[in-house]
Amino acid sequence: MITIDHVSMKFGRSVAVDDVSLDIQAGDSVALWGPNGAGKTTLIRCVLGLLRFRGSITLAGHDVRRQGKHARLLVGYVPQELGFHDELGVNEAIGFFARLKGLDRVDPHTTLDHVGLAGHGGKRVRELSGGMKQRLALAIALLGDPPVLVLDEVTASLDAVGRGEFVALLERLSGAGRTMLFASHRLDEVATLARRVVEIDRGRVRRTTSAAEFVARTEHGAVLHLHIAAPARQAAMRSLAEGGFAPSLNGVGLLVPVSPSQKAAPFRVLAEARIAIDDFEVVTANHAADLAARAHARRETTP
Amino acid sequence: MTTLAASPNLVLPGPPSALRNTMTLARRELRDAVRSRWFFLYTLAFTVLGLAVSFVSAAGTGGSGLSGFGRTTAGLVNLVLLVVPLMALSAGAASIASDRERGMLSYLFAQPINRSELLLGKFLGLAAALLASISLGLGACALILAWKGLRTNPQSMFWLCGLAFLLALGMLSVGMLISTLARRASVAVGTAIFVWLMLVFVSDLALMAGAVALRLRIETLFAVSLVNPLQVFKMWSLHAVDANLDVLGPAGLYAVEEYGSLLHAIFAGCMVVWVLVPLTLASVVLSRRSPL
Repeated sequence: MITIDHVSMKFGRSVAVDDVSLDIQAGDSVALWGPNGAGKTTLIRCVLGLLRFRGSITLAGHDVRRQGKHARLLVGYVPQELGFHDELGVNEAIGFFARLKGLDRVDPHTTLDHVGLAGHGGKRVRELSGGMKQRLALAIALLGDPPVLVLDEVTASLDAVGRGEFVALLERLSGAGRTMLFASHRLDEVATLARRVVEIDRGRVRRTTSAAEFVARTEHGAVLHLHIAAPARQAAMRSLAEGGFAPSLNGVGLLVPVSPSQKAAPFRVLAEARIAIDDFEVVTANHAADLAARAHARRETTP
Repeated sequence: MTTLAASPNLVLPGPPSALRNTMTLARRELRDAVRSRWFFLYTLAFTVLGLAVSFVSAAGTGGSGLSGFGRTTAGLVNLVLLVVPLMALSAGAASIASDRERGMLSYLFAQPINRSELLLGKFLGLAAALLASISLGLGACALILAWKGLRTNPQSMFWLCGLAFLLALGMLSVGMLISTLARRASVAVGTAIFVWLMLVFVSDLALMAGAVALRLRIETLFAVSLVNPLQVFKMWSLHAVDANLDVLGPAGLYAVEEYGSLLHAIFAGCMVVWVLVPLTLASVVLSRRSPL
């Protein structure tokens, strides 16, 4: 269904996608996994024909550059975050994108009901929460029942509840014979939605595995990525080391390896030391290793 | 909720035609423009200023006579010269750049449309909004003139309205070119205002200074003035209403004597170039440039 053949793409002199080839069969669900800046989003944009690239990409035999309209008719796309016009009504948005997809008769109520937005058709888009906007984007993506869904970190801007609901919705869709290509940072999403995982780093495909194998390999142990203001980082390092942890410095904070039953302990240690945590993430060991490697590379190149 | 299924043997229709997509996008753009603050404020300002010009002109002639109408027309021409380019340039400049800034441009390009359809759709939608605004402003002026008993010539008002719309199309085209080049809406609108200042004030002063300093020949002066679409509008509207360009001095007299009835075609050609060339360039830029 999706054939990516030796695709390369540069932003200026920086290589964003480097000779990537993938063949995604109809009904397959493929996750693109990798750290920020790995090239996942750029590859998705190439698939949609939004960027100029070397190599070729076809969707059901349609070249995305030469037959872009035909190719994109097969795709429902949901971006990370969508800036609809503030004054646009929800039903209006459905009607507008339906017409662009060549659909004459679309019932907005049914369309919204499919994504759990029934009753919100009369609202303005600006009145919707972040999660609802993503559901609206999904409703639009599903207009015309396209055989391919392309999702770009669609839950990145959602809270935990919104994320869970959205992934559950996608899970129902992925089991319906649709081909799915999505980028994600989250292990739970990959475990729930993907059949295959393509690991990308610095624009290159590092490994392609089954989702089951990937999850088994990745979920042993976790690492807390704690975002702490720069002046407090050294004190946090000392406190955590005294508390029996092995923290390491990373771009905006610290990486703290923890066992699955120990995730709350570093928070207690830092609270006792009166050190504020601005934000945190639970990341996989692989991702943490990558974050650490990048931080190390930054330190090496900084004079 | 129901579960959606991608039909296994799905036979999808072909993508919508270019005309259908263009009209869909144009309708959307028109609706957005009419709801927006800029449309309301510009239309209000244009109408209020137009009414003020009409009242002052009517009062100055005691409420009757063709000379009063001629003075009103001259006032309205100057008003159009100031307001319509600003309105069209800023609307065009904001159109694509603001969509790019919001991430909407790449989302639209991810739909089954071509980039030229998007550009043309936006152009037509904004053109319709500008036509409505100009018609409303000048229509109100015509009503006031009739109410004050001035013997208005409907043909002149139609000429003025049509030429103002043509000027708006040219400036909209320039604005959209700026919009395709700029990354941020604020930069695009700022650039559009700079272009407006150049066209309205600086080019006139430069032309006068050049004519004196370089002792430009009269035909050169006329040819150079054709480069500025605002000058073209001014000459054309005065020519259309009064059939002479005495008010423009030697260059106007030269133009009427030398070209006579060909002047309409010359002015029309200049305006068409100002509409088509920037729009074509905008289409080239949009097709080559990343929508991000």
